[in-house]
Amino acid sequence: MNNHQHIVIIGNGISGITAARHIRKHSDHSITVISGESDHFYSRTALMYIYMGHMKYEHTKPYEDWFWKKNRINLVRDLVTKVNTADKSLSLQSGTNISYDKLIIATGSVSNKFNWPGQELSGVQGLYSLQDLESMEKNTVGIKHAVIVGGGLIGIEMAEMLLSRKIKVTFLVREESFWSNVLPREEAELITRHIQSHHVDLRLQTELKEITGENGTVTSIVTNKGEKIDCEFVGLTVGVSPNISFLNGSGINTKRGVLVNKYLETNVEDVYAIGDCVERTYELAGRRNIEQVWYTGRMMGEVIAQTICGNKTEYNPGPWFNSAKFFDIEYQTYGVVHNTLPENETDFYWEHENGMKCIHLVWNKTSKEFKGINTFGIRMRHVCFDKWLRKKRDIQYVIEHLKEANFDPEFFVRHEDEMVASFNQKFPNLVVTEKASS
Amino acid sequence: MQAIKTFGLVLFIGGFILFNGIFFLSTYRLTTEIIRAKMNDQEKQELFISKSKESLSHDYGNSFEYVVMLDQTFEAINKDQILKFSINENEINQLTGKGKTKLDQAALESVFSPENETNLFKRKTFNDWGGYLIGQSATSDQIKDVAQKINQYAIVSNVGFDRYVVKDLKSSLTKASSVGPVKNQPLTFLFLTIGLCVIGGLLYILPKLNLAPGIKNNGIFHNVMKNTGWLGILTGTWLIVFYILLYFYPEYMTNWIIMVDPVSLVLNGNEASRFFLYGLMYTLCILVMGVRMLIHYRHSKYQMLRTVSVMFFQTAFAFLIPEILIRLNQPYFDFKNIWPLDYDFFFDSELDKLISSGTIGIFMLGWGIALIIIAVPVFVYFFGKRWYCSWVCGCGGLAETLGDPYRQLSNKTLKAWKVERWMIHGVLAFSVLMTAAVLYTYWTGASWFIFVDSYQLRSIYGAWIGAGFAGVVGTGFYPIMGNRVWCRFGCPLAAYLGLIQRFKSRFRITTNGGQCISCGNCSTYCEMGIDVRWYAQRGENIVRSSCVGCGVCSSVCPRGVLNLEVKDEKGRFGEPILIGNNITKINH
Repeated sequence: MNNHQHIVIIGNGISGITAARHIRKHSDHSITVISGESDHFYSRTALMYIYMGHMKYEHTKPYEDWFWKKNRINLVRDLVTKVNTADKSLSLQSGTNISYDKLIIATGSVSNKFNWPGQELSGVQGLYSLQDLESMEKNTVGIKHAVIVGGGLIGIEMAEMLLSRKIKVTFLVREESFWSNVLPREEAELITRHIQSHHVDLRLQTELKEITGENGTVTSIVTNKGEKIDCEFVGLTVGVSPNISFLNGSGINTKRGVLVNKYLETNVEDVYAIGDCVERTYELAGRRNIEQVWYTGRMMGEVIAQTICGNKTEYNPGPWFNSAKFFDIEYQTYGVVHNTLPENETDFYWEHENGMKCIHLVWNKTSKEFKGINTFGIRMRHVCFDKWLRKKRDIQYVIEHLKEANFDPEFFVRHEDEMVASFNQKFPNLVVTEKASS
Repeated sequence: MQAIKTFGLVLFIGGFILFNGIFFLSTYRLTTEIIRAKMNDQEKQELFISKSKESLSHDYGNSFEYVVMLDQTFEAINKDQILKFSINENEINQLTGKGKTKLDQAALESVFSPENETNLFKRKTFNDWGGYLIGQSATSDQIKDVAQKINQYAIVSNVGFDRYVVKDLKSSLTKASSVGPVKNQPLTFLFLTIGLCVIGGLLYILPKLNLAPGIKNNGIFHNVMKNTGWLGILTGTWLIVFYILLYFYPEYMTNWIIMVDPVSLVLNGNEASRFFLYGLMYTLCILVMGVRMLIHYRHSKYQMLRTVSVMFFQTAFAFLIPEILIRLNQPYFDFKNIWPLDYDFFFDSELDKLISSGTIGIFMLGWGIALIIIAVPVFVYFFGKRWYCSWVCGCGGLAETLGDPYRQLSNKTLKAWKVERWMIHGVLAFSVLMTAAVLYTYWTGASWFIFVDSYQLRSIYGAWIGAGFAGVVGTGFYPIMGNRVWCRFGCPLAAYLGLIQRFKSRFRITTNGGQCISCGNCSTYCEMGIDVRWYAQRGENIVRSSCVGCGVCSSVCPRGVLNLEVKDEKGRFGEPILIGNNITKINH
């Protein structure tokens, strides 16, 4: 496997960079990473913090600039316009060509736009890239009122960003409470209340109908309820789709994303795809075929590096996990908690009296196997839940050991006693006694 | 709320402007009474009075002119004295002649005659400085050497004013000679300056209670104060000037000291010294900015408790208890200051002071030594160095309160880490060497230790490390290099605590499975410049000698990844592990 090859990676996000770093660790291959977005890897999840003044762009770069040369990872700032699989080369916007022995597509996503009238007006944009952040800086100078369309994670981040600049925010959410297409009703309502407490004008069950403007710049929007809202900025945060348009005609099979098998191989030999732009052709229990999450991108990068370096490895992610922060409330999830409880599952929900902390656990009705937890305002240990989910622990075991899973800082008020008492009250036939944390 | 905040800002700025303004609010008039009160030696009093005839009762419009006058007077006296008492060429030749056979008292008496004031002085100082030549033959070079030392040092320090005496006298004479509104109404001015700054500061801070609890770092990098903008640089410059005056030119800050005289009289029964003023201002900064910390981090009990802790230790241990000890005729002692941060703990003057103070002094000596050899290793083992650096220490207390708005300015590069390790361990080595030399001198009486002069060593350490690094750079550079410049690059105690923390402690910062998103908040807000993210994103415990355990990385993490933990040492340096894949292990 030590025959020297040129590995070209398109995309310098978490997937592409993880792949590059791991390939370097395990091999002596030449590595080239091409990005049209930025000279160096930066943390996309930190874009909001740059706008809010928590950090500068340079702080979002996880590695110092000398790191790449030292690790012989060749960075190219250019845009790939065409993949020529026949002669194994890439055409770049600058006019040059790069040939590869193996190609990894890690191009991430683009923001969705649903052909709303006026969506091309100035002041209307999504938020995904560094360029989006730059245009948001320009588009929000001196403005008073913004409308955000779409109740997902980017939408709420954008709301927080705009509020940090004292810009009034109207937030259109299609669902009956925030993110209720993902969260169970209780959590969705908790976050909805929190959003409102930050003086966001939250319009639930409301959709965008059209955007209107003057002289090419947005001046207002109209909702599906016929209401006109004046605004100087419209944030379109209605999800993202794989960024694959440049693959047209390359012979690489795509549907919504680049189609890959369990080894992350495309239909074309020596071409692989990882991260947001991937659509799996095989099922993984309880998981969607396109997962646009930092963590899955990272994991795919780790796996593809094994394969490239001669240790052919299946992409087989462990139990699902994710996290986010909604204004002041942190959220973590381990395993799968569906927004509507499946037939064969039971749940336990506990909420703190201040309405800003809660946990929600689900388990199989018959086997009592623990299936997942949502936790808001209380930090929990990933390692505990990963272990419990893999070992298929039952719900009583998990409730008994909740203390062990607490990851809050020292001196924080602990609620496990209340949780256990509440659990015992609701499920008298499952009564548990708490185990002290080890 | 905004109105209260603005009003607070106006009060603060008003108080601050007046504070600087009273620098110019006095005139200075020297009188014979002041000279007699501030100089102990009667002969020197008369000498000074006779030399300053023209200046006496003359009004000087500002302290600069007045200090120039003092300098000139001291210089003129020294010049006269040297002229009068120095051993001349002729006398050296005569002594050389005698020295060919034997230099004895008779020889000195014959050369330095007749017996008058001048010659008695010469005989005595020659014995003091050249005693090793007496009773044997001496070369011309040896005699010249002694004569030169006498002419250069002995005359000025015995019958003139050497630079140490001049330094003290300049500030005490200036303070006593100050005439004007500040002298007449010190408390009014104290209220209008420091008082208004405190009230204004609190009014500015309190409306933050209106914000929801949680991390509120909005706009920090857009802020001219917190992102090394013009206001930050101006603030740093002011602090640097303040520290330079405090340590090296106290004669120019006498009006500020006069204001706090009444407070000092109440607390310890004496007039205020410059360090009383400094201690009071330092404590008030920690208290006011501590209130800010308590509001800012009120969602985190950890942050609140450690803030209350530094506020308490500064107010009680560093400020009130030592002053009260003085009032009770006991030695000044800060029970939480630990060598080698407390670098003069083993100085002869300090040891003599404690040993001569009876049981309590011996207790203090034992306490200080116990802190060094027991408290440091034991507490660091159980809690990490944070027990001191971010819960107890005064320097740490100021950094964590007044300095908190600047924590994001620390340099996180690998290069800075390298520089840091060389510097801080260099200072530790220097402090150990200096203390060893000082103790050697204490026990043997010899000033030369191996190849250095212990007196010179301690004065270099005091000026460059104690005052220059810890004070001028340590605090003056808050708005430029972050709030822990001293703690990170210079503090020898931090180095000692850090060595134990690195090699033998239950403390570490753990990372939560695979949850890190590499956003960079943790590294950005680490005041010690630790690239926390480097560890977090590869699932590795953070075990670093420099970590002061402020816990802010954990507080600012948006995904609940970081936690300060004390537990079994096993697994502290574990393999990095990121949870996610089922593939067994991926080396990084």
